[in-house]
Amino acid sequence: MFDVAVIGAGVIGGMIARELSRYDLKICIVEKENDVAMGATRANSAIVHAGFDAEEGTLKAKLNVRGSEMMEQVAKELGVKYKKNGSLVIGFGEEDRKGIETLLKRGQANGVKGLRIVEKEELHAMESNLSDHVECALDAPTGAIICPYELTIAAVGNAMDNGAELLRNFEVSNIEKKDAAYEITAADGQKVQAKVVINAAGLYTDKIAGMVGDTSFTVHPRRGEYILLDKECGNMVSHTIFRTPSKMGKGILVTPTVDGNLLTGPTSVDMTDKQDTSTTQEGFDKIIKEALENVSTVPFGKTITSFCGLRAVGSTGDFIITAPVEGFINVAGVESPGLSASPAIAEYVANMVAEQGVALVPKADFNPYRAPMHHFREASIEEKMEVIKKDKAYGKIVCRCEGISEGEILAALRTNPKAWDLDGVKRRTRAQMGRCQGGFCSPHIVELIAQERNIPIEQVTKSGRNSYVNVSRTKEV
Amino acid sequence: MTELVIIGGGPAGMSAAVAAYENGIRDILILERDKALGGILQQCIHNGFGLHKFGEELTGPEYAWKYEQKVQELGIPVKLGTMVLDITEDKVITATNEEDGIFQIQAKAVILAMGCRERSKGALNIPGTRPAGIYSAGTAQKYVNRMGYMPGKEVVILGSGDIGLIMARRMTLEGAKVHAVCELMPYSGGLVRNIEQCLNDFNIPLKLSHTVVKIHGRERLEGVTIAKVDERRKPIAGTEEYIPCDTLLLSVGLIPENELSKSAGVSLDRITSGAVVDQNRQTSVEGIFACGNVLHVHDLVDYVSEESEIAGKSAAEYILGQNQAEKVHIPVKTDGKIRYTVPQVITEKKDISVFFRVADIYHNVTINVYDDKQEKVFSRKKLKVAPGEMESIVLKSAAFENAAELHFELEVN
Repeated sequence: MFDVAVIGAGVIGGMIARELSRYDLKICIVEKENDVAMGATRANSAIVHAGFDAEEGTLKAKLNVRGSEMMEQVAKELGVKYKKNGSLVIGFGEEDRKGIETLLKRGQANGVKGLRIVEKEELHAMESNLSDHVECALDAPTGAIICPYELTIAAVGNAMDNGAELLRNFEVSNIEKKDAAYEITAADGQKVQAKVVINAAGLYTDKIAGMVGDTSFTVHPRRGEYILLDKECGNMVSHTIFRTPSKMGKGILVTPTVDGNLLTGPTSVDMTDKQDTSTTQEGFDKIIKEALENVSTVPFGKTITSFCGLRAVGSTGDFIITAPVEGFINVAGVESPGLSASPAIAEYVANMVAEQGVALVPKADFNPYRAPMHHFREASIEEKMEVIKKDKAYGKIVCRCEGISEGEILAALRTNPKAWDLDGVKRRTRAQMGRCQGGFCSPHIVELIAQERNIPIEQVTKSGRNSYVNVSRTKEV
Repeated sequence: MTELVIIGGGPAGMSAAVAAYENGIRDILILERDKALGGILQQCIHNGFGLHKFGEELTGPEYAWKYEQKVQELGIPVKLGTMVLDITEDKVITATNEEDGIFQIQAKAVILAMGCRERSKGALNIPGTRPAGIYSAGTAQKYVNRMGYMPGKEVVILGSGDIGLIMARRMTLEGAKVHAVCELMPYSGGLVRNIEQCLNDFNIPLKLSHTVVKIHGRERLEGVTIAKVDERRKPIAGTEEYIPCDTLLLSVGLIPENELSKSAGVSLDRITSGAVVDQNRQTSVEGIFACGNVLHVHDLVDYVSEESEIAGKSAAEYILGQNQAEKVHIPVKTDGKIRYTVPQVITEKKDISVFFRVADIYHNVTINVYDDKQEKVFSRKKLKVAPGEMESIVLKSAAFENAAELHFELEVN
């Protein structure tokens, strides 16, 4: 019997589990995929928004501003890369200027610090690659960038290090109230019991809420496509460059990532299929056109990859954080600024758990820290020498493009939450994420996964379920 | 201080090492990232290697073994499992391996022989999903030939580069069904003999002016949509065709791996993506040489070996201070129909082999070389030239005696 079961190991579920692991509680996280951070968390703009977007008085506004303030410390504790690079909302004409003035007022009302409007000359001195047509911008110095799946892996890992359990490939098919607790059943028959259930199932939060009779909201997917460029291009801009929001939406942003790449996107298309993360030619065309309007020299020839995420858009317009029935908490409709708000959402939900009658008694041995996954990658030569002396696997490079050693890959396969597949190794180490996109190193990583998990090579997957990398031995077809 | 450090123990590195030894250098070190010498040849188990060089048909491993034996006989030191992380303009090399950890070597001369990598799917921006089952042809070759695993059974190949063609045959021989090879261009970039032996002999259709426009399948690849493209290589609406398959192999180009060359401050050629070199394969940084596929992508390993002998010999002469030839500086320019030449600059008055590739298929051509005074200093007719086949000519030193510049032009008759 668990005290709390969290459904969904995205950034929201992960951060909630981590927050609750401060207390003397038995916690489990159930996740339908083979790894954490597999839904909207995996593919988004990776921005910690300052908090000027959401309308005053909404949960989005309140939790965004609070989350943004908390994030730097959380990132530090969890060993996650975070960079306060600042955001600029750029304007091209008079209509944009009005929009920017509205954002300034709204941001100030929301309590965002340091907001101001910068004019052309100063702006172009701040960002020399901006298009000549950009006239002014809202400068939000508290805007930041972070890697959302790195944050989630670290949050879940830290929760596990503090006693939480992660159950993967657990696709919830039924929830039943039995006496004082809920019994959660998975499609494959696995079962867990918990006193309090937290529904952080992203796109599927409406379906999960329906299992306890709550049909007060729906969630639909909104496609967002991105193009990621080589590290050579990471210096094109230093701020996150947003366009002024219009009737047509927030438009295409251009931003450096914490790993030094350049990211452009997202598109914004309402969908019905919650599984359709395919990219489209129209999407690519739109990204390229608008990104070039912002920064006319974005070198799309240096594209490394493109991807698509699905935002979980709730039917109310605001975050839906409710307790519709006793012992059951929804955390739904968490679209942007959900990543930014996640530490504040976790804090908010922990208070709701207490209101459900679960005593939050701080654990004396709670350890808020987790060793950074990128520590070796960014260490000095002397520090690396020391590590290699203790474990020679760190001297052996597996991924040549990103310079990732066997030691780092083995650590990803052995550290909570352990990588179980090729993409899991990629997200934890950056191996396969460089110019050759795993062309050279993926066969070696497949061997390491098979060895560490003690499974045959044919059972190694790219990303769980039926995503097998190899289908048989040769001469067996 | 090591006199000569060679980065890469594939055919280029080994051949350069042997040539340097034979020209008087004893203090040589080969740094190889893999656990064995031979580079990509180790997974090229098909034959066809060595016809020019040894007059016999060898497999890749057999060809590599000839050089590996030579390296062993001569006692040239090799560090395996060693990845070079950085080279400075002053030739300080930083590398790492399991035994030594991270270490530095000061070299007198360096030969860059890191080879090339395959262009990846990401760079192509093909719309659709991102399932398992999409590999570069060379990755699939590694699974099949070196590890003994089948990446899939129902195969479509995008791109008709040589590795793609070789893998079409390999997968077929292993029992897979190769449904089609799609090539964006109106001609194949692969060798004619590979199209014959790997596709035609197995009735595998080569669809020219075709590309993959969509990828289907969430977990494992379920199919691809292909379409015909117009002259501007844009898909033509209405020509789409869905092919169910579990595997998509990409053979869409090779890119010389010059990240280390950049860190050493070596100037690169925009067309070849390799270093700008002179006839000795010396780069813009004195004492740093480049050869093999890191310099420009070759069709045949035999030519890699020949080029690397030049680099090895030249590095030896550089180290021993033997090179007394009169210095000149003659840039070699091209007209676009000829895409590039190697060398890109001539610095000595001696007979020189110039290698080049053309941009398209041309029939009945004349290869002309002019000097800066519009004087024709070389001319040769050819029935056909194609992008997939590297060409070479020998320029006599007398031909460019008074030239300040040379222009390579292709006259189409």
